[in-house]
Amino acid sequence: MEKVIDIRHLNKSFGNHEVLRDVNFSVAKGEVVCLIGSSGSGKSTLLRCINLLETPTGGEIIYNGENILDKNHDIRKHRTHLGMVFQSFNLFNNHNVLKNCVVGQQKVLKRSKQEAESNALKYLEIVGMDKYVSAKPSQLSGGQKQRVAIARALAMDPDVMLFDEPTSALDPEMVGEVLKVMRRLAEEGNTMLIVTHEMEFAKEVADRIVFMDKGVIVEEGPPSQVLVNPQHDRTKEFLKRTLK
Amino acid sequence: MSLESILSILEQNWPSYLKGAYITLLIAIFSTIIGALIGLFIGVMHTIPLREKSFKSFLLKIVNFILSVYVEIFRGTPMIVQAMVVFYGIAAYGFVMDRFVAAVLVVSLNTGAYMAEYVRGGIVSIEKGQYEAAEAIGMSHFQTMIHVILPQVIRNILPATGNQLIMNIKDSAVLSVISVTELFFVTQTIASINYKTAETYLIACVMYLIMTFTASQLLRLFEKKLDGPKDYNFQPEKSA
Repeated sequence: MEKVIDIRHLNKSFGNHEVLRDVNFSVAKGEVVCLIGSSGSGKSTLLRCINLLETPTGGEIIYNGENILDKNHDIRKHRTHLGMVFQSFNLFNNHNVLKNCVVGQQKVLKRSKQEAESNALKYLEIVGMDKYVSAKPSQLSGGQKQRVAIARALAMDPDVMLFDEPTSALDPEMVGEVLKVMRRLAEEGNTMLIVTHEMEFAKEVADRIVFMDKGVIVEEGPPSQVLVNPQHDRTKEFLKRTLK
Repeated sequence: MSLESILSILEQNWPSYLKGAYITLLIAIFSTIIGALIGLFIGVMHTIPLREKSFKSFLLKIVNFILSVYVEIFRGTPMIVQAMVVFYGIAAYGFVMDRFVAAVLVVSLNTGAYMAEYVRGGIVSIEKGQYEAAEAIGMSHFQTMIHVILPQVIRNILPATGNQLIMNIKDSAVLSVISVTELFFVTQTIASINYKTAETYLIACVMYLIMTFTASQLLRLFEKKLDGPKDYNFQPEKSA
């Protein structure tokens, strides 16, 4: 299968603290990969290295055949190929729902206002937020904010969607509405990389589960293997604690 | 002090008073706007992320040092002294500045020095997530500033800007030392003719109060307008 993201010997440390140690990992086109592991295991950092919100201290990240860590690589252009959804939504507070999904298309992709707006509306409809176009982020619930954030990322027409614990900051009753949207995106064949603590969801939508612990990938494989029949003790221990 | 004498002063001098108040307002409004722009510029310059050693970041450091010196000088000296130094200092080189222009220059530079700190604080206080979200969709630092950060900063520093406007209305009185015909200067002139010092200044006092009160109310209205309606339409906007 065609690899979209191919990570080789990736290292990242903050000062003396090593967060990622020799991580090798790849994502194929159309694949849905869930990264699981306890807090501090490096899964969010790994995700953030892919769109260079964190700068790796060593290794290579090959994106569609190009090393994005190359000094001459256009970082901003690279980022437009990846849609990022944050744990804390991070909608632009100064813009309403529609403008949140339009501003990047207009200013970065240089699309016309009309084109950007109709594209934004298309995705706002998919996430079920098209009725709220004129609402400000402060007027929305957490689940609504996150759905708009997903639409904002999708509106850039990225190749890969990155989700960094998209439901961790939500009230329990709002988790479902966000997962429903993500499930739909997975079914439609989007390439998705998801850092999550939602094991049931991961089991259901993931093509592959990657378990990380202390900055290394301990185990990876289809959900039926990693979640149901884990091989490593650390995976077993983690699953015992989370599935209880 | 009697009501009749106040009324008679007003009757004889109202055009001068109004003209003085007009000049005061002009100085205060222009200076606050220019000062706010100076403050925005300095605040933005001070928060540009520095990349490792490059000629650009070296240049930026020098510019920022000069800007810091400016801020310290104008915050650390009285405006009345600055007015004398700027006006007579430039005049000493044979270039006589228009007094009004000199006044706007001094008050603007003063305002800018104060606003720079407010803006810097405003930029720093915006959550990191706003920057990251903008970066993640591929915006440059400049685009992030223009489309995401500064609009929020400007909204947040609006109350401080309003305060500055009110201070400028009052503090422009010190510009009488360079004979700018603002309200205080006009009042001085009137009092020196009629010798009714208390009454003459009481009128000026009321006029200052009317100006500052109106300014603060208008600003509050403007803030509300910027925040937009509390409710929102539940219908999708019809795209033509």
